[in-house]
Amino acid sequence: MQTALRTSLPETELASRANFAPHARIVREERQEERLAQASGLPLSIRGLRKSFGSNEVLRGIDLHIPAGQFVAIVGKSGCGKSTLLRLIAGLDKIDAGSISFGQDVQPEDIRVMFQEPRLLPWARVLANVEVGLGRDRASKDAHARAEQALTEVGLADKRDQWPSVLSGGQKQRVALGRALVSRPRVLAFDEPLGALDALTRISMQRLLERVWRDQGFTAILVTHDVSEAVALADRVLVIEEGRIAHDVVVNAARPRERGSAELAGLEGSILSHLLSADDRT
Amino acid sequence: MSLIDSISLPRSVRLPRVDGLVQWIVPLAIIAIWQIACVTGFVPTRVLPAPSDVALAGWKLLLSGELVRNIWVSFWRASIGFLIGGSIGFAFGLANGLSQLSAKLTDTTLQMVRNVPHLALIPLVILWFGIDESAKLFLVALGVFFPIYLNTLHGIRTVDPQLIEMGRIYGMTDGELFRRVIFPGALPSIFVGIRFALGIMWLTLIVAETIAASSGLGYMAMQAREFMLIDVVVLSILIYALLGKLADSASRVLERATLSWHPAFQKR
Repeated sequence: MQTALRTSLPETELASRANFAPHARIVREERQEERLAQASGLPLSIRGLRKSFGSNEVLRGIDLHIPAGQFVAIVGKSGCGKSTLLRLIAGLDKIDAGSISFGQDVQPEDIRVMFQEPRLLPWARVLANVEVGLGRDRASKDAHARAEQALTEVGLADKRDQWPSVLSGGQKQRVALGRALVSRPRVLAFDEPLGALDALTRISMQRLLERVWRDQGFTAILVTHDVSEAVALADRVLVIEEGRIAHDVVVNAARPRERGSAELAGLEGSILSHLLSADDRT
Repeated sequence: MSLIDSISLPRSVRLPRVDGLVQWIVPLAIIAIWQIACVTGFVPTRVLPAPSDVALAGWKLLLSGELVRNIWVSFWRASIGFLIGGSIGFAFGLANGLSQLSAKLTDTTLQMVRNVPHLALIPLVILWFGIDESAKLFLVALGVFFPIYLNTLHGIRTVDPQLIEMGRIYGMTDGELFRRVIFPGALPSIFVGIRFALGIMWLTLIVAETIAASSGLGYMAMQAREFMLIDVVVLSILIYALLGKLADSASRVLERATLSWHPAFQKR
């Protein structure tokens, strides 16, 4: 199912179009339509990535390849550098050394981030908040329609004229997801997006994330401290220890996944024991 | 929206409909007691004229046109002074909130000037401007400047940095970021500044008009004192109270209109 959703268009053609995108608006619009029809993930190659804050070396050489459309979860103890890795991928911080490439030129709208906090503008109604996600297409004629469509995807079409302050935590996070999705991103980075939600809301949000990922086929990178969330959602779980990728675990379980199944529980246990054994060593 | 409707009480105190009248019970009761005290001779009218006498004096001044003229002059001075001082304060608040360089250059100086009571400048201002209009405008503008400056600066500095980061991620230009994130985020604080400034505006104007003026409410009160017209003196004071209340209500209406997103201003 998921492979079928991935682009059947040759990557090279997409790449050559994208290279011209900043120069000609027409090409951009053409590409826009194409993206709506044929949203697809981007592959991600990271080589020798390093990042320090002052004398503290947070990332000590990360090498990683993520195929287009894969759902990758990154777990690790707090302070291991997982959020830093995500911020570098999303282009929020500067790289000290190494490289991150998406195999082609990317538009800012191609890569979106969702944070633990919804970060909605309290003075803008729900629909306007989603429109923010359109980036440079905010002024376009179909902005309203696209924002409404994104709101429908996250199941909040009826809240379009509400202020964010009247929404529940889970609803706010869904608006934030709609805002991230509205530009049809090809890479979506999640920084503990469900960390502040209660257990039930978490599970329904996890299902929503999985559904939109399967529908749209973007490459998903999820940073989380919750190992069971990681194995429930991801194709692949990376364990980061002391600024390096310590384990790379493939999750083969069929989708839709059954939460609490023996297979997932076994994987969760082995990843947890990796994390805990690292704890014992220090 | 009527004057009465525009006053927001905490939601828990809010009763349906009539509650707008509740706040007027105390002022009306005071006037009633005052009237009784004067009529019964408990308070000699040389000390405090009865409210009915004050109203009568007001009616006479209204007929002669003097009252409207003086109120208009004071109102005009207050608004122009407020506009001048407010815009300059707002501009400095913006500049210093948005630019580190500008803040480094001017903030220390402004903080020093702020600690001089602006009314202490009255002798100097009279030497500079005489008892001209510009003297009053200068004082009002100076008094209004600081609360607006400080609260605009504070509002901009305390806009959630996570929202600013969000705006940048979503490709907002500097102009958009200001219009859609920074300014709306600073607005509640700016309104606090405006309401402080309105209080200072009247205070400054009264003092300035009392000391050096040839028209306006303060002048009217001082003239009345010369001729021992105590009812006109009291009338002027009451008008100040009413104008102050009016200015405050106007700012609240504006606040409600622009901050309807804020949980504190949402109607249930």
